[in-house]
Amino acid sequence: MSTLWRVADVVSGVPETESSRTIGLRVDGLNGNLAGQHIDIRLTADDGYTAVRSYSVATAGMDEILEITVDELANGEVSPYLVRDLMVGDQLEIRGPVGGWFVWRPTDPNPVQLIAGGSGIVPLMSMIRAHEASENPSPFRLLYSLKSPESGFYREELLTLGQESPKLAVDYFYTRKVPEGWPTTPKRLTAETLLASILPTDAAPDIFICGQTVFVETVTEWLVEAGYPAASIKTERFGGTGGIR
Amino acid sequence: MGIISSGFHGKRRTGNPALPPGQYETGSFPVLTAGPAPYVSPADWEFFITTETGQHRTWSWDDLMALPQADIRSDIHCVTSWSKLGTSWRGVSLDTLFEDVETTSEFTTAHSYGGYTTNVPLQDLLDGQAWVAWEFDGEPLERAHGGPARLLIPHLYFWKSAKWINGLELMPHDVPGFWESNGYHIYGDPWREERYS
Ligand SMILES: Cc1cc2nc3c(=O)[nH]c(=O)nc-3n(C[C@H](O)[C@H](O)[C@H](O)COP(=O)(O)OP(=O)(O)OC[C@H]3O[C@@H](n4cnc5c(N)ncnc54)[C@H](O)[C@@H]3O)c2cc1C
Repeated sequence: MSTLWRVADVVSGVPETESSRTIGLRVDGLNGNLAGQHIDIRLTADDGYTAVRSYSVATAGMDEILEITVDELANGEVSPYLVRDLMVGDQLEIRGPVGGWFVWRPTDPNPVQLIAGGSGIVPLMSMIRAHEASENPSPFRLLYSLKSPESGFYREELLTLGQESPKLAVDYFYTRKVPEGWPTTPKRLTAETLLASILPTDAAPDIFICGQTVFVETVTEWLVEAGYPAASIKTERFGGTGGIR
Repeated sequence: MGIISSGFHGKRRTGNPALPPGQYETGSFPVLTAGPAPYVSPADWEFFITTETGQHRTWSWDDLMALPQADIRSDIHCVTSWSKLGTSWRGVSLDTLFEDVETTSEFTTAHSYGGYTTNVPLQDLLDGQAWVAWEFDGEPLERAHGGPARLLIPHLYFWKSAKWINGLELMPHDVPGFWESNGYHIYGDPWREERYS
């Protein structure tokens, strides 16, 4: 089923930050998605040329509508179109949702540590939403590494959840610019700061890490060195080409 | 033709006939792994082939180095859409490793350090199509890319070229490996865009 291209109606488009937008897609007959899965989007130019890219689903469990959040990459082929040009009422093609590995299921019993770099928050947000909507009481903790407060996705929702949800803790880390009144100056994430802000090894968390390739590689190394079992760490890398040697 | 996206023109970076459909060329070498990269030193490394009758052969790192080495120049294609053209590798052909192996099985499961598995038909591993590769671009294969050694099966999507290769198990039937059980295609021919199951 998931190999078939299906038509999706664009039902909403809301700016998330200056360079990103959350897009609602309605797909007839879609049976929801697992938290953490992604879809492929295919765009076709008027002469038949096509381009395909993957986008994580930000929502979880809804029937025929899902949302993605796309961050515009300067000089990118697909993301500027999705963020700037696509309009409510347009149609595009999707394949999926796909993926059975980087997913969280409401029956998973363990505490969960989520670690996001930039737009890597998207599939993790889907997990947070699925967890909040479920009866699953296990603690979730999110570490969200960002350039600046303005570049944060889902700001209000995460702020509210971080304050009100009894089962979610949210920690922000700023690399370029901090919010007013923040206790520290912006800096690079280090192993020390990371380890100080996540569930400890003896809590035996399942760990999901998502972001650009270099971010994911670095954080994973730190965690393995700190004694988190490799088998407890799942990673998703967004950079097809980004930031590699 | 699909739904036309008005105002979408695309960058048309894929005019190169060496690129399978839906792939773009990259000059870098992205790292994509399901989890952390395992540490395996050549001293501890071992490669095995196990048959359906229980015949079990192993090669140490020194055994591998003592075998005839092949230089391979090939394009590689990742299912996440990047392709890298004209890569160069050094390693041992699976034809060499299978010389004394008796089997009637048609399938294999490749096993990696760290627990990763992937399924490959035996005929896709023989006749100069696949290698245990330990050098990339004239340098020992980096750990992030599967060092000390990985499978190299350039004619299939690159997830079949299992990193940190430990051995091959001959199988009477095709049994899905790790990604194949998680939504990816059982075979993975890039020219037919066999991405998902
Ligand atoms: C599983 C998965 C989930 C993802 N989820 C999300 C998500 O939720 N949100 C999100 O925003 N992104 C996500 N991504 C990333 C997304 O798929 C795209 O890679 C991203 O949107 C960039 O696409 P693009 O077409 O705009 O850029 P591309 O045109 O692909 O370009 C990417 C970068 O590479 C450069 N580039 C590419 N090709 C060439 C070339 N031939 N020559 C020179 N430079 C080149 C571009 O200049 C640009 O800087 C995900 C990726 C994966 C694999």
